[in-house]
Amino acid sequence: MGKTIAEKIFDAHRVDSPEEGISVLSLDRVFCHEITTPIAINDLVSRGMDRVFDPDKIKAVIDHVTPAKDSKTAEQGKIMREWAARHNINDFFDIGRNGVCHAIFPEKGFVRPGFTVIMGDSHTCTHGAFGAFAAGVGTTDLEVGILKGVCSFKAPESIKINVTGKLKPGVYAKDVILSIIAKLGVNGATNKVIEFCGPVVEAFSMEERMTVCNMAIEAGGTCGICPPDATTVDYLWDFIKEDYADKAAALADYSKWNSDDDASYAEVIDMDISALEPVATFGYKPDQVKTIAELEKTPVNQVYIGSCTNGRIEDLREAAKVLDGKKVADSVRVVLSPATPDIYKQALKEGLIDIFMEAGVCLTNPTCGACLGMSNGVLADGEVCASTTNRNFNGRMGKGGTVHLMSPASAAAAAISGYITNSSLYKG
Amino acid sequence: MAAVKDFNGKVLFLDRSDINTDEIIPAKYLTEITKEALKPYLLEDLKMEGFDPSKDLDGKSVIITKSNFGCGSSREHAPWALEVNGINLVIAENFARIFRQNMYNCGMMAVELSSDEIAALFSEFSGEETTISTDLEKSEFTLSSASGKSKTLSFTISGFDRTLVDHGGWVGYADKKY
Ligand code: SF4
Repeated sequence: MGKTIAEKIFDAHRVDSPEEGISVLSLDRVFCHEITTPIAINDLVSRGMDRVFDPDKIKAVIDHVTPAKDSKTAEQGKIMREWAARHNINDFFDIGRNGVCHAIFPEKGFVRPGFTVIMGDSHTCTHGAFGAFAAGVGTTDLEVGILKGVCSFKAPESIKINVTGKLKPGVYAKDVILSIIAKLGVNGATNKVIEFCGPVVEAFSMEERMTVCNMAIEAGGTCGICPPDATTVDYLWDFIKEDYADKAAALADYSKWNSDDDASYAEVIDMDISALEPVATFGYKPDQVKTIAELEKTPVNQVYIGSCTNGRIEDLREAAKVLDGKKVADSVRVVLSPATPDIYKQALKEGLIDIFMEAGVCLTNPTCGACLGMSNGVLADGEVCASTTNRNFNGRMGKGGTVHLMSPASAAAAAISGYITNSSLYKG
Repeated sequence: MAAVKDFNGKVLFLDRSDINTDEIIPAKYLTEITKEALKPYLLEDLKMEGFDPSKDLDGKSVIITKSNFGCGSSREHAPWALEVNGINLVIAENFARIFRQNMYNCGMMAVELSSDEIAALFSEFSGEETTISTDLEKSEFTLSSASGKSKTLSFTISGFDRTLVDHGGWVGYADKKY
């Protein structure tokens, strides 16, 4: 019987199997941010176990609330900073160099096909875009990961989603993943890995693959995975060129992290997206999805463009295409946060920042910010936000607020009109 | 070794599926660096008709709910917020993976019963004050209601989950073992 990518990664990393169906895996990466890590650090200190298994495999960032907004968030940053310094964690991204974790870590080349990755953050599934097994964990798992470089998981069953067809102009990876979540339901992939394959995924850039894998957790998935291919090698090439004679050699090596043809899946779903229209969520669960046309004229108070789902350069380019030469509606405030400093710099070089500022968009530094309603654009009771993020949970962006998740182009269209509407890029 | 937690007490019935960790403890409280500080905010944003955390949580030690409890964010603040409110046991049809693992990592229990069993508990007990007592050795729950109804159910948790419950969590176990 053949194996899935996830099963192959498990086989290559298993250090123990405390009972049938449970594997303790060695970890290639433990990622850390300032919301979930300080409690783990404090606990390790109080147990007299203030150690790290390998400072080179630990990467840390302050991203959720930065610059600090009050004494408590300042304290969280301080704990991270001091911990990184005393354990020689050299890849620590502090203010001025920091960005949203799931955008900056891939950008720095920290994830490779076949890796095991954990982080105290549910959207760690993003890194599966590289053909890695990457899973969000709680603080206790993170703590043991930091200390011992291991984490336990149930044997991964996989769901394979084969995406075929041709996307209409103005329809994006975000629309694809929202419609997949609508199909699976918020519980449809619990305890499972979602393998995204097929011609549409193969044609996606790494950024688009990250957008898709990022939201695997919204269907309950442990991880999203895209099979590594030439696109993966191209993206990583600067980081791996010392290791391989040429790209073909890298590709040949990475291809061992492909599922076998006779691998077994919990479910195989074929999805033709040729008829897909731009979509957005309604209500308070990410599987509540309607077409933008059905939600047409829903007024919004705020538009947010950014986050680990859609704050990358390609996203900013699409938003800028819609906003170019236009003005933000008087009734709306628009907040945009490029996900990393490099993305910000690139946007500046390409003139995108000019377009945003001319339109009346408020640019913030790279941060999670408004996405989780802690800073930089919190909603008031009864307010509505069109957002490129990944969660529309009740209260997510501010108590009593409502969030409609959508693509950057659709969010930009809402910015100009003041209500949900199809972007000028959509050709139905 | 940390002490085994208490899995007995009055039941809070939450008649909803897909209760996420943002509802259990909103993100704005994630700046707290002690578990105790989370206490007043448990289930503050729960979207459920008629639910009032300031009244309905009072004296409750066990939650019985529907499916996919604890979905969404990985925050272990969710089990902690339960723990500091004296709730160490949640019974549901099923749980989101990270939440479930966080519960056992803290030495708490997230126990799955079939949807029929859960439906029966809701129809027989949710209308009145109900208390649960847990027999870990026999893997049994006994529910008793104010009006004198009583029911005993068996449950299964994996050997590894049980090890974590017995050790009061994963940190101590892993440090010894790996
Ligand atoms: S951008 Fe939002 S979803 Fe992504 S890591 Fe930050 S808070 Fe989480």
